[in-house]
Amino acid sequence: MWAYIVRRLLYTIPIVFGVLLITFILFNVVPGGSQASEMAGKAASAENIAEIKKEYGWDKPLLINLNAVGEHGILAAFDSQFFHHFKNAASFNFKRSHKTRENILDMLIRGAPYSLALTVPMFLLTLSIAVCIALTVAFARGTAWDVGIVFLCVFGMSLPYLAYILLGQYFFAFKLGWFPITSHDHRWLGLVLPILIGVTAGVGGDVRFYRTVMLDEMNADYVRTAYAKGVTTPRALFVHVLKNAMIPVITRVVLAIPFLFLGSLLLERFFGIPGLGDMTISAINGRDFPVISAMTFIISILFVLGNLATDICYSIVDPRITLS
Amino acid sequence: MTSTDTDTPLRSPIPAKGRSLWTDAWLRFRRRKLAMAMLWIIGLYALLAAIVFSGLIAADWDQPVVTSEFYERPAWSRLVVADAQGNALTKNEQYRKIAPELWFGTDIFGQSVLRKTLYGARISLTVALLASLLSIAIGVPMGAIAGYCGGLVDEIIVWLYSTLSSIPGFLLILAFAFVLRERLPGITAVYVALGVTSWVGLCRLIRGEVLKHKNRDYVAAAKVYGASQSRIILRHIVPNVSHLILTDFSLRFVGFIHAEVILSYLGLGPKEEPSWGTMINEAKLELTRNPSVWWQLAAATAAVLFLSLALNIAGDAMRDALDPKLKHVA
Repeated sequence: MWAYIVRRLLYTIPIVFGVLLITFILFNVVPGGSQASEMAGKAASAENIAEIKKEYGWDKPLLINLNAVGEHGILAAFDSQFFHHFKNAASFNFKRSHKTRENILDMLIRGAPYSLALTVPMFLLTLSIAVCIALTVAFARGTAWDVGIVFLCVFGMSLPYLAYILLGQYFFAFKLGWFPITSHDHRWLGLVLPILIGVTAGVGGDVRFYRTVMLDEMNADYVRTAYAKGVTTPRALFVHVLKNAMIPVITRVVLAIPFLFLGSLLLERFFGIPGLGDMTISAINGRDFPVISAMTFIISILFVLGNLATDICYSIVDPRITLS
Repeated sequence: MTSTDTDTPLRSPIPAKGRSLWTDAWLRFRRRKLAMAMLWIIGLYALLAAIVFSGLIAADWDQPVVTSEFYERPAWSRLVVADAQGNALTKNEQYRKIAPELWFGTDIFGQSVLRKTLYGARISLTVALLASLLSIAIGVPMGAIAGYCGGLVDEIIVWLYSTLSSIPGFLLILAFAFVLRERLPGITAVYVALGVTSWVGLCRLIRGEVLKHKNRDYVAAAKVYGASQSRIILRHIVPNVSHLILTDFSLRFVGFIHAEVILSYLGLGPKEEPSWGTMINEAKLELTRNPSVWWQLAAATAAVLFLSLALNIAGDAMRDALDPKLKHVA
């Protein structure tokens, strides 16, 4: 077991390295020097630009600093953009946002609770509603109920997400006035409508996924055995089938958790929730490279850890899985 | 075998002539009425798109069709023959109310929403189609090579896609679109960003299938005949997994149409020409007007909705029809 966890941990190293490499290429190599002049603004002098380049380390060579080797010895070869990117990310030492001049880590810590307050209830509600519907639908497969629900789910998945938000906000907040339009002044009440919209938009896809999972289990021998020994239908569904369908459910759940931190880009923006999603959109609109880069890196690391946790959860939930 | 099986052509004990997987699948697909209806819808979209691309209709989308007012209401919502005072309208006035350009009303510039919706298909479908083709062009060869060759090549490709799939999809797309926007003109940045970031799922799928296939007898036979590796992959294995690509394509296409809407919202979409995404985004301001303007949102949403619905349902039916394991269930 421990050997497996250690091996699995070691396997995350190349992945983390890859994430660093890709974010580096995207945010340092591709934009090149253009981002410094852009950050400095239209009326910037050459000194301003040089200053910004210095702060973000863009005056250094990309991969290996060969020039410095002669002056400062062999270790200076690592005084390059890539190794600084690597070092800063590894020590969670992110630069400051060039818009607000605020430390990015502070920004992230400030925004995360808002995002989580939105996404965690949304996720749990969607999950529990979807699993319950999926179970009953899978049980009644082939009936009009099943066909109808599946059609509704596909219909729900086919509506653009933005239309859900626009219409939901328009009808329930603007027109009917049941909910506040933005969450600025009403902290908790303001979250209700975005959560409901998110659940409505997301439940269709989830039901379809879990239905397929449940269908695979529904015809298994152990279900027939359970019925044969007189187990009631709800018990057969919620205890026997659900337990065995747990593996794909866990995969989906654990892998979704890192993205909860990201918040919901659109919902946060529309409802004025100052979470990480909103921050990301502001960063995109303001062309704030350091913020996007840090966001991308942190969520990716959480995802890699989530993956690790899933594999370990498998072995706990399903003793049939042997960690070879 | 039960008695009901005898009347289905699929289960006759000795087929007169062998049927290919595709013919077989088509026969099964055809029996699903809903799926067939959806296929007709897809055909209709394709036909309209072809006409729009040829410039026969909606090319004049940027010309105002009314001069009197902004945001003219959709004509069908007030099909009346008399005005508010009860005076009968002249034929000309009635005609103006039901002129096709006015069916879905007009936008703030007096441009016909119907024409914009039709013309919007150009960008939305181009983005979805090219992004799909790009991700297939990357994902399928990578998956096939990784699965077939194994070893170091496999490890590198698996590493690459594990890395890419660790980065939150939307941030990755945004980052690409953001960075590419500087170098590539217009919507090219959009579909390249979508294409190069979303081949991972397909690659993983194809790799898994190829791994299963490469130890089968027909591959061994091809090897004995002296077929080259590239021939085995391209002519023997890929045709055997191609049905997965087709199914994946239909669902992928829907995903890209929806992604275009969100990218447009984030200001990374097309700029000069209308797309379904930009039209939905204009509704952000239109809905809050008094009285609120909903028709542009409705038209673009309906365009996205029906195409997505058709592709989703037809895609599902296609997957069922092409899955040989499900043959005896359906």
